[in-house]
Amino acid sequence: MNPNNALAIEAVGLTRRFDDFVAVDGIDLSVEQGELFSLLGPNGAGKTTIIKMLCCLLRPSSGMASILGHDVRKDPIRAKSVLALSPQETALSEQLNAWENLSLMAGLHNIDRATIRSRSGELLEMMGLTDRASDKVKTYSGGMQRRLSIAMALVSDPEVLFLDEPTLGLDPQARRAIWEHIRALKGEKTVVLTTHYLEEADSLADRIEIIDEGKIVALGTAAQLKAEVADGQATVVEAPGMTEEALAAIQAVYPSSRLIDETIEIDTADVSLYAIQDILRPRGIEVRSSHQREVTLDDVFLELTGKQLRE
Amino acid sequence: MSYAELAKRNGKELWRDPLSLGLTIALPVLMLVVLQALSGADDFFAATSLTPGIVIFGFVMLMFSAAMTLSKDRETAIFSRLRTTPLTPNAFAAGYSLPYLPIGVVQTIVIFAVAAFFDLDVAGSLVLVALIMLLSAVMFIGLGMITGALFTSKQVPFVYMVILLLAIFGGAWFDIEAIGGMFKTVGNLFPFAHALGAARDVMVGGAGFGEVASDIYWLLGYTVVIAALAVLSFRRRLAE
Repeated sequence: MNPNNALAIEAVGLTRRFDDFVAVDGIDLSVEQGELFSLLGPNGAGKTTIIKMLCCLLRPSSGMASILGHDVRKDPIRAKSVLALSPQETALSEQLNAWENLSLMAGLHNIDRATIRSRSGELLEMMGLTDRASDKVKTYSGGMQRRLSIAMALVSDPEVLFLDEPTLGLDPQARRAIWEHIRALKGEKTVVLTTHYLEEADSLADRIEIIDEGKIVALGTAAQLKAEVADGQATVVEAPGMTEEALAAIQAVYPSSRLIDETIEIDTADVSLYAIQDILRPRGIEVRSSHQREVTLDDVFLELTGKQLRE
Repeated sequence: MSYAELAKRNGKELWRDPLSLGLTIALPVLMLVVLQALSGADDFFAATSLTPGIVIFGFVMLMFSAAMTLSKDRETAIFSRLRTTPLTPNAFAAGYSLPYLPIGVVQTIVIFAVAAFFDLDVAGSLVLVALIMLLSAVMFIGLGMITGALFTSKQVPFVYMVILLLAIFGGAWFDIEAIGGMFKTVGNLFPFAHALGAARDVMVGGAGFGEVASDIYWLLGYTVVIAALAVLSFRRRLAE
């Protein structure tokens, strides 16, 4: 097969069972070359299991997957030669410095010395690690280790890059810095990004696939997914002292209503505040304020799965 | 070759870790010095007959260190990352085991050099002794690879205890020939007694190859089987 017109990633009916537990349940995927594709879902949804199967780390129980036309089961060595993974946990060789870590990964991909040298230099510069490049990486901060971990996935110049929760546990500043690096790869490489931070998927991805309990729940651009939720608008009503009973009464009129602390959220702009007040007043609850906002991916997720994305 | 890159990394991890060097090199040397200082007129504890036992003890520590490194690596994401590179299982096995060979050689040389301060007197061929030690080192590294590939880092110390006991009962620190009976019969089923017996026969008794050939074949057989099992353990571990 000519890799030039192959899909970057293709999966059909990809399934993985662990004893009786079905972690990934017959998912299909097709990712174009150069696309930034995001797998979004809560912890335990099966995102990492999907990534592991695509990176030839875990055998699928059934179904097929290929990377640029190389079947992950029949031809794992070829598939591995075009992909790279930055795993969820920071994966570094602790007694080695940054240069040595980069040169290890590049060397394992049979890249020549001169190329390794120049590419490592560029990556260290890009990740802001040049000053500390000769120190053992076990002395690095969490953010520095994470940046190096991503650089190690880039140093082999992979055609398909998997970033598994690249900003997990980082402070907002470090997270934004990594987003900038990921954004810079757009169009150059095929990137698969797993995350449970919806802003991350929203701001970076060309297309988003929402995963829950091992199944695909929705697929589309962020705008398409948001449009799936009624009119793409949500109404927020602040009512101190709200009760579950009052919420149930409102849900009889607006089924998408939900209670977050003392705030009622309804996935539509078409809400009559008078009707809500008529329900709440007899129960001794006053509306303090109300406004409308755009639907977020969090709302989409809630609407589709009945669960909240953030724990 | 890409296995060399992996071997280089594992070698650096090893040589830069004071604990692993302490366990594999300093501890056996310390044991040799202490036993020499304590030993009185007992012939068995004379440097020449004790040194092979100290080297084998060093190799047991080497096996422990190799098993721990591999087992701990398997439990961290770096192993997943390495597994996403186009490395074959054989290259993996080579990359993890080769760096331990130089450590085994350095251990042996250092222990012999220190023993030389305590009237070490090798009667037979040093080349033959080196051959026995080299085969033993490969065997223990293979055992370390099997242990590290199949057991968790919490289980590795128990396997290490078993191997250490087998090595001791194989005659590392006493003469199983002198005790005889069950000890000798059971001890001779394992490779450790053959390695130690052959090394002592050459070093103390000045035996030539012909006299220790059967011991060496036992050792060689075990080494080949263990190396093959080590490669199989890797294959198993890499195909999840």
